[in-house]
Amino acid sequence: MATTDTIGGSPTAARPPVVWNSEEMAKRRKARYGADRRLQIYGMVAIAFALGFLAVLIGTLTFTGYRAFTQSMVTIDIDFSAAELNRDDLMDANWRTIFRQAVLDDVGELSRSEERDYFSMFTSSAPFLIRDQIIADPSILDGRATFMVPMSDPIDQLAKGLVNTDLPENQRRVNDKQVELFNQLKEKGAVTQPFNWALFLNADSRFPELAGLSGAISGSFWLLLVCFLISFPVGIAAAIYLEEFAPKNRFTDLIEININNLAAVPSVVFGLLGLAVFLGWFGLPRSAPLVGGMVLALMTLPTIIIVTRAALTSVPSSIREAALGIGASKHEAIFHHILPLSMPSIMTGTIIGLAQALGETAPLLLIGMNAFITSPPAGVLEASTALPTQIYIWADSPERGFVARTSAAILVLLGFLVLMNGIAIFLRQRFERRW
Amino acid sequence: MNIMTEAAVEQKVQAGLNEPAVKMKGESVDVHYGEKQALFGVNLDIRENQVTALIGPSGCGKSTFLRCLNRMNDTIDIARVSGKITLDGEDVYDPKIDVVELRARVGMVFQKPNPFPKSIYENVAYGPRIHGLTKNRAELDGIVESSLKKAALWNEVKDRLNESGTGLSGGQQQRLCIARAIAVSPEVILMDEPCSALDPIATAKVEELIDELRENYTIVIVTHSMQQAARVSQRTAMFHIGYLVEEGATEKMFTNPDDKRTQDYITGRFG
Repeated sequence: MATTDTIGGSPTAARPPVVWNSEEMAKRRKARYGADRRLQIYGMVAIAFALGFLAVLIGTLTFTGYRAFTQSMVTIDIDFSAAELNRDDLMDANWRTIFRQAVLDDVGELSRSEERDYFSMFTSSAPFLIRDQIIADPSILDGRATFMVPMSDPIDQLAKGLVNTDLPENQRRVNDKQVELFNQLKEKGAVTQPFNWALFLNADSRFPELAGLSGAISGSFWLLLVCFLISFPVGIAAAIYLEEFAPKNRFTDLIEININNLAAVPSVVFGLLGLAVFLGWFGLPRSAPLVGGMVLALMTLPTIIIVTRAALTSVPSSIREAALGIGASKHEAIFHHILPLSMPSIMTGTIIGLAQALGETAPLLLIGMNAFITSPPAGVLEASTALPTQIYIWADSPERGFVARTSAAILVLLGFLVLMNGIAIFLRQRFERRW
Repeated sequence: MNIMTEAAVEQKVQAGLNEPAVKMKGESVDVHYGEKQALFGVNLDIRENQVTALIGPSGCGKSTFLRCLNRMNDTIDIARVSGKITLDGEDVYDPKIDVVELRARVGMVFQKPNPFPKSIYENVAYGPRIHGLTKNRAELDGIVESSLKKAALWNEVKDRLNESGTGLSGGQQQRLCIARAIAVSPEVILMDEPCSALDPIATAKVEELIDELRENYTIVIVTHSMQQAARVSQRTAMFHIGYLVEEGATEKMFTNPDDKRTQDYITGRFG
């Protein structure tokens, strides 16, 4: 329509000219630039603060945890030609005596109580470690062989310089004789501190020197697998229904609000639900990754649904129209075009949801995944722990060796989280389409 | 006089005037978007093997009418269509009508070129594939080639059929979309401002193409360009704020319109 000529007040009222380069204007501009700068500074301070805390966290964890990545081992030499062994029954041979005789050869005469102190310097499972190696490869029995045996936790602490030998003898866990014997072994070059593969290859143990994360890692793997297999298809199906098929009415609005709220429900509540429903009603096995995975799936579902819906709506409607316009049915438009195009975002969101599930502790405690289990689970129905619950168990253990191992386990967990988020970022960078 | 003879007479009259048969017909079509009414009792015939141009100022309802013809308005939740639209005498809004079949018979080309982010070949092959129009790969290759040829794109893309359709220029993308529509062998092709995102050279190519396609297809085109309507169409329908103002042979509409609003619009006095 025709524009009016009255915009900006009466056309006859004269407006004084604006003096842009006046003192007053310059001051005004300066104040506005100042506000910009202040905002920038606030942001930088906030980020520095956050990064500082992250650095402190990683720093302390590394500082306490790095020692757990090595383990003091003693190398012992056994001459089997002298030992009397029934080769047909290696399982029940007297490995204890063989081991003790071998380590006694390394030091001079000891009194009875000194012998006891000496033997306790090695992990109490040492005879069994030797037995298992020999059963795996009986050819070792021909002649002499050397074995690496972990030293017990107090001696490991001593070897790592964590025992203050200036303290009176009765205030430390390593007595003077043990220190002396340790130094003897060390001078002989029998003590080494190799990388602690046991941390990744062993399952949990009462003895810190033998405790490892393999049970927790495989437990977490099974958990996430179950969680993914349930939450991914169900989440995508729910999102597609809500986004593409559901009528917009009060009932679907209610569902939507509930799903969004579900993402904010404290995880311990999901644990209680799992305890009551999956263990109580369905009678599924306690401590099993299956149940843990189902509980975590409940937690991950809302994340996946929300992410998927966002991804579906971000595909431009022109693609949908293009497909419908040549006679594709609704499901063809969705499954041939819209869903494949939104898959990168969905995968990214799913991985982030799974990373969140990986670190979840409270619901697993409630379904008994914090049990003491010394072998890795072979499937989803076997009792197991998970990484976060293993951290919880170790953090609760009194032995000194578990302090470092707790931090080390946290570092391992953080490592997995960084890896998963890295994959998510990679997928996003590589495949995500900008419209 | 009985009805049969009346119809027969009318047919004869039409044949005598050398008017092509009516392919699609809108009878008192009303469209509501929620509370708002967008079309008021539109009666319009679309004749076979002709280009019908729908013109009118923005918001006049011409795109709305176009989208009723293949029921693309179904995808808008709040859209409600009443009245009757027929294709070869069949009511397309009849609940028994299969909307997939309808959209295969009445194809559509959109304002913004919207190739699938797939290869050029896949873009054209998608329609025939979902409708099961071919028995083997060779036949499909044939359809892809002939569709691209009809869309005057074959020579430009024949060596790079496996490259992404989104990598083409805007004009090529739009011709690819036309090829994609043709590949399904539709009877009617609806075009919603197909050249509005194209430069003049690409526009000229698409217009030329539309003129050629007329031989085999019935075309309805929405356009904002008077020159384009004059160049490519045989019949023109003028819309204004939801009403069909006037409809007739393009030549007459542009030289001697009956309605003053048409004259004002064509001469650029409003719109």
